[in-house]
Amino acid sequence: MFIIKCPYCGERDHSEFSYGGEAHLIRPKQPTELSDDQWAEYLFMRKNIKGLQYERWNHSHGCRRWFNAARDTSNDKIHSVYKIGEKSSK
Amino acid sequence: MKKKYSIFALIKNSLSYHENWQRAWRDPEPKKEYDVVIVGGGGHGLATAYYLAKEHNLKNIAVVEKGWIGGGNTGRNTTIIRSNYLWDASAGLYDHALKIWENLSQELNYNVMFSQRGVMNLAHNQHDVRELKRRTHANRLNGIDCEWLNVEQVKKFCPIINCSPDIRYPVMGSTLQRRAGTARHDAVAWGYARGADSMGVDIIQNCEVKGIKRSGDSIEGIETTKGFIKTQKVGVVAAGHSSVIANMAGLRLPLESKPLQALVSEPIKPIINTVVMSNAVHAYVSQSDKGELVIGAGTDSYISYTQKGTHEIIEGTLKAILELYPIFSRLRMLRQWGGVVDICPDASPIISKTSVKGLYFNCGWGTGGFKATPGSGHLFAHTIAKDNPHTLNAAFNINRFVSGDLVDEHGAAAVAH
Ligand SMILES: Cc1cc2nc3c(=O)[nH]c(=O)nc-3n(C[C@H](O)[C@H](O)[C@H](O)COP(=O)(O)OP(=O)(O)OC[C@H]3O[C@@H](n4cnc5c(N)ncnc54)[C@H](O)[C@@H]3O)c2cc1C
Ligand SMILES: [Zn+2]
Repeated sequence: MFIIKCPYCGERDHSEFSYGGEAHLIRPKQPTELSDDQWAEYLFMRKNIKGLQYERWNHSHGCRRWFNAARDTSNDKIHSVYKIGEKSSK
Repeated sequence: MKKKYSIFALIKNSLSYHENWQRAWRDPEPKKEYDVVIVGGGGHGLATAYYLAKEHNLKNIAVVEKGWIGGGNTGRNTTIIRSNYLWDASAGLYDHALKIWENLSQELNYNVMFSQRGVMNLAHNQHDVRELKRRTHANRLNGIDCEWLNVEQVKKFCPIINCSPDIRYPVMGSTLQRRAGTARHDAVAWGYARGADSMGVDIIQNCEVKGIKRSGDSIEGIETTKGFIKTQKVGVVAAGHSSVIANMAGLRLPLESKPLQALVSEPIKPIINTVVMSNAVHAYVSQSDKGELVIGAGTDSYISYTQKGTHEIIEGTLKAILELYPIFSRLRMLRQWGGVVDICPDASPIISKTSVKGLYFNCGWGTGGFKATPGSGHLFAHTIAKDNPHTLNAAFNINRFVSGDLVDEHGAAAVAH
């Protein structure tokens, strides 16, 4: 259970948010040229990090906007939140 | 040699106030080198070591466990055992395990308290009814016992279920697998540990794997908190921590590790003689031999290694439980806990070789691997010893995420535990 600071609305209980998984996975620009291995990497393989993870959240019960967070998955502590398109400060 | 557990041993040991029981397993220091090292001393890892020694005649085996054996998901689960999965590959895998469960106490000379009290899966809408009837037919074609119960039969089999038509999600029928049930989770780990130890397997607790040493595409050994251990074969069975160990070897897995919780009530007299699951409202319940209701919920949505989940999940589950069993409304809950479960995109496990020679993974059991413990260990031992999968786990290779041959139990049957 933790508090997430939406970059648009401020601090809210995490139950207002939906999780969007690992951040900064870039959809391949030329999908037709990808091998099956590369598709598998993009679609299924995940870092699943224990430690600092960059991830996406949606403030689904609030402003409904997407943003990124840097959270330590070993203790659920959020180190920074930043807007889509920005880089994490941590 | 291990002394046999029996009524006579019990009487004999009672004369010395139970102070002279033989140790169930040794507490060895790691040797310099092993033929096979199993990483993770949960039920699956210990079963793997047991079958490696028993059926593949390997004697120089170690199981390394960072904490105490059975302290991971093996000791945290709600012990539901069933094999009524939809697809052929899953049916084969889980029923293989169920058949081993049926004789496991005798085989291990250890009472795992396997109780075939039946598992019901409730339907709450037309879609559930169709899916579950389809699953019943599919199970029967695979030789797995499964029955469809209409509402009257549900009420008769488990009278405390609220079958009134005016609840939010009325009960519209149920499947019943009579061979399914529960077992004592700790006993499974301890029984396999005792069996493996008696065949010479070293079970090394408080020994965390910190690194995997590769030379090119093969394994040289593992770095642990008790030093370097040389070996050419490593079988990783680390549940929620599988990706962490894969990362040590430079591999990525298609897994996400999420919190899954359970809770038990204060003990009461026998009131529910079976296991009742409901995927639509996501709550399930059974009663332990101590009398506690054992209640399970869904996972949280986000990755976390904290071993604790959020309160909303518990709240949602208890709401569903109260609607289905109003009789529980004044029960108090005694304990609540969490585990870290490793979930695959298709909700099926991986029991497989990898691109690194001598490195094997058994993971992705997610929310439902306890039931598979004996079968998983048996098939993983085969895979490691022969460097090739058994026919029953061939479909569960890691390459299915490249080829697209997924075993999609998630979408098909909304499988919970
Ligand atoms: C709340 C809950 C309810 C569940 N209910 C059910 C159910 O009703 N039915 C069912 O079939 N399944 C259920 N499951 C799932 C089931 O518990 C698991 O799938 C199963 O127990 C996995 O067994 P395992 O031996 O692979 O994992 P574990 O028992 O978790 O063993 C893995 C071991 O690896 C060790 N380890 C990790 N990293 C390292 C390292 N670096 N070095 C050394 N050791 C390491 C851990 O300490 C751990 O002991 C449930 C799970 C939870 C959490
Ligand atoms: Zn917001």
